[in-house]
Amino acid sequence: MSQQLNTEKNTSGGIRDLRRMFGGGRSSLRQFGILFSLIAIIVLFQYLTHGLTLSSGNLINLVSQYSYILILAIGMVMVIIAGHIDLSVGSVAAFAGIVVATSMQDWHFPWPVAIVFGLVVGALIGAWQGFWVAYIGVPAFIVTLAGMLIFRGGNQLIGNANTVPVPEGFTVIGAGYLPEVGPYTGYNNLTLLLGLIVVIAVVMSEWRSRKVQRIMGSSPAPLWVSAVKVVLLSSVVVYATVLFAGGRTGTSFPVSGIILGVLVLFYAFVTKNTIFGRHIYAVGGNKLAAELSGVKSRRVNFLVMMNMSILAALAGMIFVARSVASGPQDGLSWELDAIAAVFIGGAAVSGGIGTVTGSIVGGLVMAVLNNGLQLLGVGADRVQIIKGLVLLVAVGVDVLNKSQGRPSIIGLLTRNRKTNEFPPEPPLVVPGSGTPDTARPTATLSS
Amino acid sequence: MSIERRAAREPVILEMRSITKEFPGVKALSDVSLTVTAGEIHAICGENGAGKSTLMKVLSGVYPYGTYSGDIVFQGKDVHFKDIRSSEAAGIAIIHQELALIPELSITENIFLGNEPTRWGAIDWIKAKKTALELLARVGLRDDPDTLIKNIGVGKQQLVEIAKALNKSVKVLILDEPTAALNEADSQHLLDLIRGLKGKGISSIMISHKLNEIEQVADSITIIRDGKTIETLDVVNDGVNEDRIIRGMVGRSLESRFPEHTPDIGEVFFEVRDWNVQHPQVPERMVVKNSSLNVRRGEIVGIAGLMGAGRTELAMSIFGRSYGNYLSGRLFKDGVEIELRSVSDAIDHGLAYVSEDRKALGLNLLDDVKRSIVSAKLSKISRGPVVNDEKEYAIAESFRTSLRIKTSSVDAGVNKLSGGNQQKVVLAKWMFTDPDLLILDEPTRGIDVGAKYEIYGIIQKLASQGKGVVLISSELPELLGLADRIYTVFEGAITNCILAAEADPETLMKSMTSARKKAYSK
Repeated sequence: MSQQLNTEKNTSGGIRDLRRMFGGGRSSLRQFGILFSLIAIIVLFQYLTHGLTLSSGNLINLVSQYSYILILAIGMVMVIIAGHIDLSVGSVAAFAGIVVATSMQDWHFPWPVAIVFGLVVGALIGAWQGFWVAYIGVPAFIVTLAGMLIFRGGNQLIGNANTVPVPEGFTVIGAGYLPEVGPYTGYNNLTLLLGLIVVIAVVMSEWRSRKVQRIMGSSPAPLWVSAVKVVLLSSVVVYATVLFAGGRTGTSFPVSGIILGVLVLFYAFVTKNTIFGRHIYAVGGNKLAAELSGVKSRRVNFLVMMNMSILAALAGMIFVARSVASGPQDGLSWELDAIAAVFIGGAAVSGGIGTVTGSIVGGLVMAVLNNGLQLLGVGADRVQIIKGLVLLVAVGVDVLNKSQGRPSIIGLLTRNRKTNEFPPEPPLVVPGSGTPDTARPTATLSS
Repeated sequence: MSIERRAAREPVILEMRSITKEFPGVKALSDVSLTVTAGEIHAICGENGAGKSTLMKVLSGVYPYGTYSGDIVFQGKDVHFKDIRSSEAAGIAIIHQELALIPELSITENIFLGNEPTRWGAIDWIKAKKTALELLARVGLRDDPDTLIKNIGVGKQQLVEIAKALNKSVKVLILDEPTAALNEADSQHLLDLIRGLKGKGISSIMISHKLNEIEQVADSITIIRDGKTIETLDVVNDGVNEDRIIRGMVGRSLESRFPEHTPDIGEVFFEVRDWNVQHPQVPERMVVKNSSLNVRRGEIVGIAGLMGAGRTELAMSIFGRSYGNYLSGRLFKDGVEIELRSVSDAIDHGLAYVSEDRKALGLNLLDDVKRSIVSAKLSKISRGPVVNDEKEYAIAESFRTSLRIKTSSVDAGVNKLSGGNQQKVVLAKWMFTDPDLLILDEPTRGIDVGAKYEIYGIIQKLASQGKGVVLISSELPELLGLADRIYTVFEGAITNCILAAEADPETLMKSMTSARKKAYSK
């Protein structure tokens, strides 16, 4: 233990503070690694595409094109944390899409009602799949494989394998942008306002986390670390805001991006700060121990599967709104993109590990990669090959790191840095059976 | 001495000399020796954790040559087994407690698994079946060799295992608790078979907790205690009986390994009456039979029983029916009958259960210390659905101080703690639920002496606070040192109830190894 403490002390200089900048100490190495990879990929493509990647038009396109995959990733990470998988999300999205489109075309539902209706359809589908998984005990892989067939067929049955158009009002959720209001500034004012709100939120949350750390008796990172972190994040936000606000007239930050943002905040809170969120991790981490602690694992599994289908329905509706019609091929292989995002984002195949924000970053890695390769004119065939390899390498590195005792994702870069810059971490072998504990319990880093 | 005399008569087939096997921080075997002569049945006796299974794993190559020190001489040659296959090739086969048969395959397929007779590259099923029939005849099993393993009972499966070993022309057969899962008739058949094999020159090494069986079939007995050979007895010449074996197994003095504690025992507040539970998979098997017990406030009640006697099954079935199929029985708390249909019911009624298997059932090893501590009663630190981080941290910190949990911080992962500290986290987790009755199942298993002492202190403190504690332990000294009253369990039934002050290891061991039911009143 003393060795570990020494390591902490030695790293308490720049690198550890740098790591704390991105949300904490040892445990957040994973987030740091993947964020680092995302930045590296963006910089790489910015260079290769001669600045096209970070142009207004491309950024706006990127958000509206991938928001629905990222929404799926939010639900998928919860499913995967609980130790399951959902292969049906693409089909469920397509099914909800066609049902909603039909409800507006044939039954003349007003579009807000149709959206609610779509979510209810998603909830019912989720209840159906959750019932089989949680109460009958059929593995989610099988239940959702069946769901994949059932709801794809359902989509084609309802739509007669044709496309069904949707009215213009409905397209707001997929193809809409923040409207132009206020005086002419050359930028979209609402987007600027949104950017300002985000910057304020960044400052506030850093201030709050310092306060909480102090209340909890652990020493917050030095003030300069917080300052640098806030300045860095704020400038990223400001830069992005200017890009989003300064696009072609009529475009600005996409509505689907706002929906995504709200969902990310909500689900990050749910998974991290609520009893239900804790229970998902508990069931996925050790189902038997969770049950012996009074967790109703069936209920957790049911709700997680149900939530996934609701989000799939929402993603389907956004996609339909964006493409102005629902078709029989909607949502094809979305499940694979969502699952890839989650695993690149650091979730464990065996369950119990993963975060919403990690999955979003993982999804962004895939999105930027896809987008950048397209900008470079790389064919769809090669894009698939590259995406496949990235997924394999990312998870491979994760597995390697884990077998060395450290749960870190795209840790290759950070690992090389580590061996160069810090003394090696102590082996994380569980002292387990009877290593004598000699250190006093008072010797801690925080005190 | 008697062994030497016998060695002159019968050739020694196997000799293990000065075997020492260490695990990180624990010396599981220290200088253990074992001599087996050709065609004898040699029993190995010892308490749970004495090192019997470790010794057999060394012999069968599970722990390969080089991971232990000492020599194994088999048929006059120094042997270095590197895995189970090499020990089998030499003629030593081990039959484990958990059978290593594949349920979906037939008897024949299982017998020849990994050792299939081939003809031009294809499996020669005709030859295999013919051999299988011969082998089954030798072990006295008359079932069709095409029967799937899952369709025959445990007793017959045991015989198939032996047939499989015989097919590999085994010289020494190791049986680890062979009759633990068998009924009376099957046990008898198996013991007869082992005797029959002896007549054909096959030696058997038998680990068993059932001393009456050992007395019945064994020729010699080696007793192991705390990883050391205590003695080797010749059953006939030394006039060995059960009492003699028990004395060897437990004959250690009780050191002052326990903190000072003056019990302050109140009224009976928790009662279990006529509790009956079935095995979850095998309905005809009763794992808890007609058991009744009670606990007073401030009392530490011990439960003594050998592995597989049904201690854990009893505890878990009380704790919200988390094990087996509940058949009948009633629970009373503070004079009122309660029904605990789920674990959350049990927690709400003030029960806590600390599992014997810390890693599989007690903790989520992916979690950190603070989240583990509050995990059994999150509602206590939540407003609505939202968990209050600051309260969580404060509670974790206070337990860390009061239980002296050694961790770099409460944010550290529980997998980084030592066994003793993990156990303290589990205790903290259940103390946080503020229970009236704590059931502690082997709370000091795999924990070093210092942490044990601290955990004993915690247990006594809980009792002083007026809580009832049920302590399940395989270590008799622990029960005698901590408990105020001890129930003994044998084959799912409670066989005795003794005040700890009046108990001694021999009496306990007697009640733990036989169904001689005594009228008990306490």
